[in-house]
Amino acid sequence: MAAALVEVRGLRFRYPDGTQALNGIDFSLEAGESVALFGANGSGKTTFVMHLNGLLAGEGSINVCGLAVESGNLETIRGKVGLVFQDADSQLFMPTVLEDVAFGLLNRGMEPAKAADRARSALQAVGMSAAADRAPYHLSAGEKKRVALAGILAMDPEILVLDEPTTFLDPPGQRTLADLLRGLSQAKMVITHNVRFAQAVCDRAVFFERGKIAAHGPVEEMIARFDWDFVTEPTKFARR
Amino acid sequence: MHRTMLELPVRQPGPLDRRDARSKLAALLVFLVVISTARSAFPETAAALALLLAAACVWARLPLAAALRRAAVVVPFTLFFVLVCWMAGEPGRGLALAVKSYLSCLAVWLVIATTPLPALLRGFESFGAPRFLLMVAQFVYRYLFVISEEARQMAQAALARGGTARAAFRLLGFRAAAGALAVLFARSYGRAGEVHRAMLARGFRGRLRCLDAPRFRPADAAFLAAASLVPVLARLAAERLA
Repeated sequence: MAAALVEVRGLRFRYPDGTQALNGIDFSLEAGESVALFGANGSGKTTFVMHLNGLLAGEGSINVCGLAVESGNLETIRGKVGLVFQDADSQLFMPTVLEDVAFGLLNRGMEPAKAADRARSALQAVGMSAAADRAPYHLSAGEKKRVALAGILAMDPEILVLDEPTTFLDPPGQRTLADLLRGLSQAKMVITHNVRFAQAVCDRAVFFERGKIAAHGPVEEMIARFDWDFVTEPTKFARR
Repeated sequence: MHRTMLELPVRQPGPLDRRDARSKLAALLVFLVVISTARSAFPETAAALALLLAAACVWARLPLAAALRRAAVVVPFTLFFVLVCWMAGEPGRGLALAVKSYLSCLAVWLVIATTPLPALLRGFESFGAPRFLLMVAQFVYRYLFVISEEARQMAQAALARGGTARAAFRLLGFRAAAGALAVLFARSYGRAGEVHRAMLARGFRGRLRCLDAPRFRPADAAFLAAASLVPVLARLAAERLA
């Protein structure tokens, strides 16, 4: 059996204010797999994924693509783990959309002309080609989200980590994103409260509870087990 | 989507936009030297240079009224020195100082308004400005938008609950207003941390790289020669006529 792409054992993390955010996480991700991360707000999902490329450092062991997440390997690991942040505004800091999408490629040492081509292709993939020369802070929230995703897709990482990717996206935008993600061969970790999106994109789910993984299994099973959906009886709110 | 007061006017690029940032910065430097060293026949020299800047604004397709208004931002900073000169019995010197500052600011604005920030910073870098300082400048500019966005959201939240910043200040006093300011800075600080993490996640190692390398064309050299020569000639002509 091939080694897991991500192998996490006994991960614990406490924020400087004393909040114990992760309390012994064991997790693994195989190549090509798509996993949804469910759980209540503040259950540790975002804190967990921040550890995968060394943005936060807790106790325990994390291996990504066979490399331990430690200071000597961070440069390589950050090329392998593409993290799309929850708030796209945090990710878009360059003067134009094209420059922002090319940011990671240039950091990797790619030739500017080649980086620009790759960035344009990534923008095309998310339907944002027309915004290439615009300032990121002039985009709508949904457009920012798509550009942030393009910035990560351009880097062609081995593992895609998306934190609330459907926030601010309208239903057609969510559908397009799900189609796009399904067509990508990379392994994916998707933090989401959107169960339909998770059903469309992911093979299995893990459920976070107070800094621990409470359960894992098929997406449908996790939704049913934790009653993780917003469903009302149609008649309850029907007009009389 | 919204625009903030920090932004430059939306317009069609003019001929000055096409010039290399280095040629504009060098020409600006010459202009600043010309105006700052003007002593004799200053009113005439100032008038000639003001006309020159106004013509440059029109040529660059910049809104002249907006340019004149924006350049006035420097006036409050020079008022103190004007006052000192006036009290020392040299009102003419104070006035000359204010005019020099205003025209210098107008010239700087002309360059800023026609040059994208990354190109401008690259121009400074090629003149030997410390790279770290330039990177800080770029982020200060970006974070100004972040802070203005945070402030806008806080103001909207106040309005949505029937309040205004002025009313809050009047009703709750300085303490509450200071509290709101502290919240604004705390939120901005938090956002800045997130931006930094996002940069690290995409392999940032302390240097911002650019997509396009600047090219200095013959037209840039011709512009530099003309833009350096014209202010010098204008000053010489004004001094001779006076």
